Amino acid sequence: MPEIPLLDLLPSGLQTLTLILLKIIAIVTPLLLCVAYLTYAERRVIGFMQVRMGPNRVGPIGLLQPIADAVKLAFKELIIPAGANRFLFILAPIISLSAALSAWAVVPFGPDRVLADINAGLLYILAMTSMGIYGVIIAGWASNSKYALLGAMRSAAQMVSYEIAMGFALVGVLMAAGSLNLGEIVNAQAGGFGHWFVWPLLPLFVVYFISGVAETNRAPFDVSEGESEIVAGFHVEYSGMSFSVFFMAEYANMILISVLSSTMFLGGWLSPFEGLVSAETLASPLGSLLDSGFHWFVFKVALFLFFYLWFRATFPRYRYDQIMRLGWKVFIPVTLVWIFVIGVAIAAGIGPWFD
Amino acid sequence: MNSAQRLIKTFLLWELWKGLFLTGRYLFARKVTVRYPEEKAPQSPRFRGLHALRRYENGEERCIACKLCEAVCPALAITIDVEPRDDGSRRTTRYDIDLSKCIFCGFCEEACPVDSIVETRIFEYHGEQRSDLLMNKVKLLAVGADEEGRIAEDRAADAKYR
Amino acid sequence: MVEQLVFYALSGILVFAGSMVVTVRNPIHAALFLVLSFFTTAGIWLLLDAEFLAMTLVLVYVGAVMVLFLFVIMMLDVNLVVLREGFSRYLPVGILIAVLLGLELSMVVGASQFGLDIVPAPAHHGAGYSNIEELGSVLYTVYVYPFEIASVLLLVAIVAAIALSLGEHRKNRKGQRPEEQVAVNRKDRVRLVQMAAERPDSDTP
Repeated sequence: MPEIPLLDLLPSGLQTLTLILLKIIAIVTPLLLCVAYLTYAERRVIGFMQVRMGPNRVGPIGLLQPIADAVKLAFKELIIPAGANRFLFILAPIISLSAALSAWAVVPFGPDRVLADINAGLLYILAMTSMGIYGVIIAGWASNSKYALLGAMRSAAQMVSYEIAMGFALVGVLMAAGSLNLGEIVNAQAGGFGHWFVWPLLPLFVVYFISGVAETNRAPFDVSEGESEIVAGFHVEYSGMSFSVFFMAEYANMILISVLSSTMFLGGWLSPFEGLVSAETLASPLGSLLDSGFHWFVFKVALFLFFYLWFRATFPRYRYDQIMRLGWKVFIPVTLVWIFVIGVAIAAGIGPWFD
Repeated sequence: MNSAQRLIKTFLLWELWKGLFLTGRYLFARKVTVRYPEEKAPQSPRFRGLHALRRYENGEERCIACKLCEAVCPALAITIDVEPRDDGSRRTTRYDIDLSKCIFCGFCEEACPVDSIVETRIFEYHGEQRSDLLMNKVKLLAVGADEEGRIAEDRAADAKYR
Repeated sequence: MVEQLVFYALSGILVFAGSMVVTVRNPIHAALFLVLSFFTTAGIWLLLDAEFLAMTLVLVYVGAVMVLFLFVIMMLDVNLVVLREGFSRYLPVGILIAVLLGLELSMVVGASQFGLDIVPAPAHHGAGYSNIEELGSVLYTVYVYPFEIASVLLLVAIVAAIALSLGEHRKNRKGQRPEEQVAVNRKDRVRLVQMAAERPDSDTP
């Protein structure tokens, strides 16, 4: 436990509370900064893929753009449409963001570096990500707008369907790791590149990441926003800060899915060169980069986030019925078959993962 | 393509990867964006921007108030009032162009028998209020006086195609 | 101390939300209060160290079932006036049923059956205790037959639901087959024909 000055002056109950609050701040602040710069990265990367520059005016190469955007959004008027349900209208973005942030409690950033080291971590994450849908549904209904309601309906059906495929993919992970605790899932993948779960669980990994894209309502599964069909979908009536809260929730969810994919399939903070590099090289300053650590975690997460942006720049939007077909008729059968395969592999003790 | 091959390609997400590689290649392509205030796209001598009224070299204004430009203007942006001057020549007392109506078609310039009303290469003008975009005779003549060198050059460059 | 405070806070919210479910007029609000009551129930279960059940409650009921509920309610055009018609006529029957239900409930789950001396409060387990392992080992040993029968029942329900939805319409079902559409080649659809621009034996003037 880190030494924090003046903490001992508080009674012990308050001490724990303060520590937890400080930890939450230590997670949420960098997260929101990442969210801000993810929007910048998205605009830059997609701009480059479309052979243009992207934002490059505010600050050097546009680096202050997210701050300018945040200031702009914060000062815009918060409009509540006539006939909207005021309470639910304001509540919806809050639910979205709190669901997106609360799942971060069980994410391990390194060995024992986790806010809440609970046993049912995987289940907790599934439960919390499934709460995010209420933000969308309530926003769609409380806006008193046809477009918003249509977006919410689409999104509800889509997220419920893809949650199943996602859950099944996670069942494969928990079978392979023998635990629901995210830290233990990472530890089960120790031993270098070849020991990561991405190899035995490759189909589940693909299904999980694509379902993750669908869960976060990102292109090509962004029918709930569908800016060319239903304007902006569920958040069409939102403006200013309430809109930006939805925006933050979406990007926080994107980062969360990337974090989970890297934790469960690519070994989280583990280095791919584990066991390949000698102890002497690891001891040298440059060699320590090859050692397991937070930087590998960041690198893997950034890789997945780049794929998010890459998908958006590449694929056209799915039609609603095609989304349903993909979820129910392709992903769920694939995951079911592969869970069976993993069961056999575990019973047979196929190495290096299950021996 | 036989069905087994197709099945394998489907499960390897073959076509999705093809698409991704295409956009991935463009990530490193040379960007064609013109960074505007620092770089500017080349302009043609025929560029149609802000209007100007020209004078002859002896200082006499060219406009003879024939009202052809007013008649031809498809957006009805030009308003002209005429009165004989003291020496008996026909001159405008008012020559207004509403830039918020103007569509920059260049018809006024084409219609003008004395090359008086012209469109210059200035396109970066702006107004902070509506009245800033209402050009009158004084303002138009001032633009013409400022830009005369460039205007004459452009007319000369274009003359052989007319 | 803290635990009791949390318990009373959660149960207070639960009772409030539960009573709002049956009293609010707007069906959407009722459904949202139901969500709230599920959520607080999950909180109370967490206090009992039943984290697996609590998470599953949130995941299944809050995350999936209630979403579909809301989906249906929002799509339906519920006419409140018609719904409230004949309220006073059915009131006596309703009260009678409510009293009966209350009596039965108090008989079954009253203090005589569920008092602390009959069902003692479960002791707290350490941090390493895994509720899921416990559940799994009991489910697949002691209760294996009921568990399997329940799953077979669910399977039958799935099969029945799919059969019902396919059923009669199967023969003249109109739909797309994306896998066939994707597999189409240019030569299957387009035929280029070489033709002379003019017919040589043309009798047109």
